[in-house]
Amino acid sequence: MKVLLRNPRREVDVVGNRRVKDVLRDLAILPETVLVIRGDDLITADQMVADTDTIELRPVMSGGSPGGRPSPP
Amino acid sequence: MKCRKCGSAAVLELRRHNAAFCGPDFLDFFRNQVREAIRKYRMFERDETVLVAVSGGKDSLALWDVLIDEGYRTQGLYLDLGIFDYSVQSRARCEAFAAGRGVPLLVRRVEEEVGAPVPVIKSVTRRPPCSGCGLSKRYLMNRVALDEGLPVVATGHNLDDEAATLFGSVMHWQTDALPRQSPALPSTHPKLVRRVKPLYRLSERETAAYAFLRKIDYIVEECPFAVGATSIAHKETLNRMEDASPGAKHNFLFGFLDKARGAFERAEAVTLNECTRCGQVTTGTLCAFCKLADQVKRSG
Repeated sequence: MKVLLRNPRREVDVVGNRRVKDVLRDLAILPETVLVIRGDDLITADQMVADTDTIELRPVMSGGSPGGRPSPP
Repeated sequence: MKCRKCGSAAVLELRRHNAAFCGPDFLDFFRNQVREAIRKYRMFERDETVLVAVSGGKDSLALWDVLIDEGYRTQGLYLDLGIFDYSVQSRARCEAFAAGRGVPLLVRRVEEEVGAPVPVIKSVTRRPPCSGCGLSKRYLMNRVALDEGLPVVATGHNLDDEAATLFGSVMHWQTDALPRQSPALPSTHPKLVRRVKPLYRLSERETAAYAFLRKIDYIVEECPFAVGATSIAHKETLNRMEDASPGAKHNFLFGFLDKARGAFERAEAVTLNECTRCGQVTTGTLCAFCKLADQVKRSG
């Protein structure tokens, strides 16, 4: 299967039919940090992904702040 | 995996709630969390117009989308930071969203307001880029709200943002910062508007899922200056804790808000003055924004 990753944008191949959670584990990606997208749908960690499928692992983390301090008045 | 509410196929698992939802039921869950945030902290009333600060990212556009759907009167504000193609793309997302929903959007350029865009501010101040950027955004959000006669600014800060900020403050025992960590900061001066964070109950994965399911075209690419930011490192640490113990971020933030924040409230209120140049609120005589603008001017 093809797995699309972002930041930076890249593509990796994973061989065989696999569950989403196994793909994430093999790529060392925490489930909490991505949406898993197949076509126009979100899919959950227990779903099977076929060898012929393409999935996107879209990162959800955003931000950046000066040390993460709450803002002054 | 089945939806907890209707039993159909789930699209998203929320481990911290020990639940999974189908698309429609997740959207209901999301809206309920926003309603609860607004109600619990009395963030704004139906007859108030809310200034929604939007960046083109998932959080702020999801927030704007929910508030519009909930029937609130809103006014968007996009601050153009001048960060190369990132700002061009993010502004385009905000303008397209506003046009699609038929809602008003104000645009202000940091370059016009401060005298230089964020990349120049970064090199002039020799401080982390998020520092001058955050300062400029807070100042301009408040000033635009005052100029427009709006009583409240809503930002898209989510549970992860708030937990990471709290983590940073606690790691350095910045006890002066802890009382300011709240989903709603009241107006404590006639020239300070209320600041609220209606998404504080929702993780950033949940806001991303909401934006995806609502087909909101948001900018996925990260701000180029966020790479290496301290708050990102804190988020990564918290996500590892969350993976080992679902609900860790929620418990950390909500435990602080419910049990600990009050202990850090200062006995004496900070004296607030008006900046001798621009008239905005400051604890000194010249505000940090005017000092920054001076610094930029001297370098030019």
